[in-house]
Amino acid sequence: MSNIGNITNNPRGPKPKRVLSRRNIFLYGTLLVIGLYYAVPLYVMVMTSLKGMPEIRMGNIFSPPMEITFEPWVKAWAEACTGLKCQGLSSGFWNSVIITVPSVIISIAIASVNGYALANWRFRGANIFFTILIFGAFIPYQVMIYPIVIMLREMGIYGTLTGLVIVHTIFGMPILTLLFRNYFSSLPEELFKAARVDGAGFWSILFRVMLPMSMPIFTVAAILQITGIWNDFLFGVVFTGPEAYPMTAQLNSIVNSTTGVREYNVNMAATILTALVPLSIYFISGKLFVRGIAAGAVKG
Amino acid sequence: MSYSVEIKNLDLRFGNLKVLENLNLGINNGEFLVLLGSSGCGKSTLLNSIAGLLEISDGQIFINGQNVTWAEPSERGIGMVFQSYALYPQMTVEGNLSFGLKNAKLPRDEIKSRVARAAEILQIEPLLKRKPAELSGGQRQRVAIGRALVRDVEVFLFDEPLSNLDAKLRADLRVEIKQLHQKLNNTMIYVTHDQTEAMTLADRIAIMKDGYIMQLDSPNEIYNRPTHRYVAEFIGSPTMNFITGTVDKGKFKSSLSSFSLKGYKTIKKDFSGKVGLGIRPEHIEGGAGASKCSVSYEGTVEMVEPLGSDTLARVKVKEHLFWVRLDGQFKLSAGDILPIGFEPVNAHLFDANTDLRV
Repeated sequence: MSNIGNITNNPRGPKPKRVLSRRNIFLYGTLLVIGLYYAVPLYVMVMTSLKGMPEIRMGNIFSPPMEITFEPWVKAWAEACTGLKCQGLSSGFWNSVIITVPSVIISIAIASVNGYALANWRFRGANIFFTILIFGAFIPYQVMIYPIVIMLREMGIYGTLTGLVIVHTIFGMPILTLLFRNYFSSLPEELFKAARVDGAGFWSILFRVMLPMSMPIFTVAAILQITGIWNDFLFGVVFTGPEAYPMTAQLNSIVNSTTGVREYNVNMAATILTALVPLSIYFISGKLFVRGIAAGAVKG
Repeated sequence: MSYSVEIKNLDLRFGNLKVLENLNLGINNGEFLVLLGSSGCGKSTLLNSIAGLLEISDGQIFINGQNVTWAEPSERGIGMVFQSYALYPQMTVEGNLSFGLKNAKLPRDEIKSRVARAAEILQIEPLLKRKPAELSGGQRQRVAIGRALVRDVEVFLFDEPLSNLDAKLRADLRVEIKQLHQKLNNTMIYVTHDQTEAMTLADRIAIMKDGYIMQLDSPNEIYNRPTHRYVAEFIGSPTMNFITGTVDKGKFKSSLSSFSLKGYKTIKKDFSGKVGLGIRPEHIEGGAGASKCSVSYEGTVEMVEPLGSDTLARVKVKEHLFWVRLDGQFKLSAGDILPIGFEPVNAHLFDANTDLRV
């Protein structure tokens, strides 16, 4: 009892914290609700994808499967019908890989040089160039689709994966350039000056001084681009034919096919498969991502 | 006589903002010149212009007789040390030192011997394999100086190199920089806002304000004969005390008293008009000695700052406040009555209209 008297009447050392304070209940309660809001749909999807059709028809979407089956996953990957062909999502997966990998690499390579030039070499017209680029980020994509279709047709690459890679690279440019410009601007300017006194040129400063300090922002850019391009549907449908459809477009064909019974389990499995790449990217790089986003505030 | 660094009619504008205007400056071979001023006076801008890191709007810059106005920073024969050290964080100390030499495509043996020599001079040999993050502030700044050293240049530029260090390290490195200058005899241009650094290091100090050089002189001259009231107030701590009054026929008149300016060396003979009379705290006698001075007042002590070696006291005489520097052992407390006095020989007179010395 005298202890309690000490705590209240004679403060000393760290202030005692109450676990069940109103603040904590509110904070953790909110977090819990938001967590459930995102977790429950995923839970339902995983459970449904592991059930057979008869079990699904019984309703009760929250119950775990009585008999676990991987049949729907196999079907989604290799057998489900997209239009006329019944090869599942596998071909779409490889199309998406072929689209995403070069798009990500090329767009980041160009944007990092753009951002570096804009941040450190104040060339004539840099501000106008930057304004135009940022303006590009605010124009709705839909406005530009038709002109780009004509452009690609004239260049003879409409409907090919090459065309789509070019489109993704261009559309990634505004936001990525902004990202890199801001990051390079946040690096100490004296470092750039010191390198110039040391006789390093444009490329030498970029590769030897700036890039070694820029891992966080490259990670952020890579994550943004991989998830963005992987999840893209509009460009995929517009700029490629059914042969070259990315995974998202094929997923749509599977889920929206009007013939036959609706195989919810296959649909769920196909959706999870499609989301797996961005999902795993986030899981692997979550920490790096946060660090990179915050990196602007911390000095190298 | 040829200068090591010469600046002719330099203009520098950022848009409509004039930072430097028609600035002329000649720096002798082997001279240690300090650019001193409060922030925003253009001293760093001037240094960056000399280095070629800022594009100038007009004028010319010569280094070792060469017109380097359009030359790249690396072609100017300069080495530069920055406030934030600006070491390349991903390279070792050795990599930092040799980066410039590799860019200049020097032979490998040459690079090695130059790095070794610089490391020896600065006593950083044990640190060569470390990364900057593993160094203390003082060590980092030594490496930064080394990076300028290996370039084997005639002119060293320092941009507030000690401002990021704590007081003790700052004093240590200050001594080291002075020794380095005595050893190498290079031309050094050193930017700082710290008057102690300026006074101790410089052969000549250029005091800058709003893009102009107010006075360019030896530390001794700047302290003893400031040509402008701004310079007089800038140098010295606590700052110079001022009494406003008028001068007429060799007599100074103010609301406190009037006295003869006998012994004061005027620039303008027979000047008369409104002036500010400045007297440094260390030239004011306090206590028993005060009555022996030609000018003496009696005041109330408002505040005492004991510094150990000295004691500073703020004394109020009527509506005037005087900072007085007294002996460290002087016993004094607020509220005491203290006689103070000074000799007009030690005073500085500035025209109240132009702020120029008279």
